[in-house]
Amino acid sequence: MKKFESPDYYNVDDLLSDEEKMIRQSVREWVDEEVLPVIEQAYQKAEFPLHLVSQMAELGLFGANLPEKYGCAGVNNVAYGLMMQELERGDSGIRSFASVQGALVMYPIFTYGSEEQKDYWLPRLARGEKIGCFGLTEPDFGSNPGGLQTKAVKDGQSYVVNGAKMWITNGSIADVAVVWAKLEGEIRGFLVEKGTPGFEAPETKDKHSLRASVTSELVFQDCRIPAANLLPNARGLKAPLSCLTQARYGIAWGAIGSAMACYDEALNYATTRIQFDKPIASFQLVQNKLVYMITEITKMQLLALQLGRLKDQNKMRFTQVSLAKRNNVYHALQIARMARDILGANGIVSEYQSMRHMCNLESVYTYEGTHDIHTLIVGEDITGIPAYS
Amino acid sequence: MNVAVCMKQTPDTEAQIKISDEGTSIVPEGIKWIVNPYDEFAIEEGLRITEKHGGEVTLISLGPPSVEKTIREGLAMGAHKAIRIDAPAVPSDPMVTGRALAEVLQEGHYDIILFGKQAIDDDHTQIASIVGGFLNLPVVTVVVELHLDGNRGTAVREVEGGHETVSFPLPAIISAQRGLNEPRYRSLKGIMAAKKKPIAVKTVNLEKEHLVIEKLSYPPPKKPGRIVGEGPKAVPELVRLLHEEAKVI
Repeated sequence: MKKFESPDYYNVDDLLSDEEKMIRQSVREWVDEEVLPVIEQAYQKAEFPLHLVSQMAELGLFGANLPEKYGCAGVNNVAYGLMMQELERGDSGIRSFASVQGALVMYPIFTYGSEEQKDYWLPRLARGEKIGCFGLTEPDFGSNPGGLQTKAVKDGQSYVVNGAKMWITNGSIADVAVVWAKLEGEIRGFLVEKGTPGFEAPETKDKHSLRASVTSELVFQDCRIPAANLLPNARGLKAPLSCLTQARYGIAWGAIGSAMACYDEALNYATTRIQFDKPIASFQLVQNKLVYMITEITKMQLLALQLGRLKDQNKMRFTQVSLAKRNNVYHALQIARMARDILGANGIVSEYQSMRHMCNLESVYTYEGTHDIHTLIVGEDITGIPAYS
Repeated sequence: MNVAVCMKQTPDTEAQIKISDEGTSIVPEGIKWIVNPYDEFAIEEGLRITEKHGGEVTLISLGPPSVEKTIREGLAMGAHKAIRIDAPAVPSDPMVTGRALAEVLQEGHYDIILFGKQAIDDDHTQIASIVGGFLNLPVVTVVVELHLDGNRGTAVREVEGGHETVSFPLPAIISAQRGLNEPRYRSLKGIMAAKKKPIAVKTVNLEKEHLVIEKLSYPPPKKPGRIVGEGPKAVPELVRLLHEEAKVI
């Protein structure tokens, strides 16, 4: 099979350093050789390919933009984004795993944890010896996380946690959950380890999307955790939202990867599939779709790259991340649907990947802030008027 | 073990090669440059040797500053340091490259010197042997298995129709064949570390090239495919052609 080359209609590669391109190339080769051969079957069987975790750790993909001091690679945010792009070219489930481990588990421990918590957890999470998950969303509090009802009560040298979380990526395979609960009415973060009495993480089955990824509920019934497991520096809703900003940043890049995979597949198919004695790419309606795809991919690339440069200069605002996540996932989803359409009936079987990306992107469109919520975040930012309160 | 790996920057295997107007060189624009794939086996083997026996891997490459991009790729795999032998361009005469490499290798007192069995661009397949000649060291080519023990080594070589196992004293020169190992992925940490690793630049007197490229030409266009028939009836004819004409079965 021909090696994958990312579409680069506007010479965006010229804006990348050699190092950034080398990181992208290395992750790309790994995805080609280790992810693509197994991902379809994992998706069909609804299994996360757990054997890839140690390989991802070996490559340094977990918390890659965090400092070397904690066993991380210390890459810049553009390289981190390119890595997410390549992972999602394989599958959104693989990218989600790395996103959660890095942005939603390692980042809050790094940002809000004590030195002891950082020294213990970060190197183990970076090495993939421990898997983490992030519990914010609840059955009745999705877009409105500020209303969460999970409670923690101080009792001597421990906290007792009660409540339930839902739609938690990696929940059932996680060794540690970063759980957000109200302590005396204020949102705080807690580290809850697997096996703690009163903590269960049943898997959410029968999904139509992100099938090669584990999704779970987290249930806490009088779950008693040591007082040392409180993240000391996280106070209020801002803390979990800051983690989501990190994860959404990775998603904005990841969406480019799935869009590229679909475009590449659709373009190859359209130029080789013969109908009416000529390739279907010679029909205007098909060309229109392919041009939409490459146009939007090019815009997505430039949007993500500038966002990354702003992040590296500490100038990035969370509203800019909302704009990028909203735009890139929306267009990736449209591109995946068009690719499936161009593939005709072949597009529904596992020999082709566009429909898998399409189904995955339905989740990506909704998680980490729905498309509509990101609309309202940017809407509030430009008008000064919040539409959701 | 003090290990040297000589490497070359070559066009990507999937690069579309265009011959320049004067007909003796290729158009460099638009080409993606990579570490010669056979040299990657050599680098990987060097890393495995030092992981087992200790020591350092030094990469050596000859060319203009632009080859440092691929030297960094070798350093990102884990090689410890590198030497670039400065040259305005990569010579097309292997004897010139070989003599320059030998001069620099002599200074390094390496226990083992690894090469890819050939560069995928000019396919001369000469450098390891030329360097061995200049340094008066044993040369083992087309190696698919290598074991080192104290001051001796054993290597399995590919020969027509089978394999040959040879033993030799160190220091020695090895040229790597596909199958020797599976080169590792460049880790993000390795890539970050590579930019801090030293690339020493050395200057040697490059001798005049005796081998001069007169002309480059494209391979003849591929003949179109042929349909020999349809259904099971066509199979005997297909088998006959594959056997007698294509000689692949």
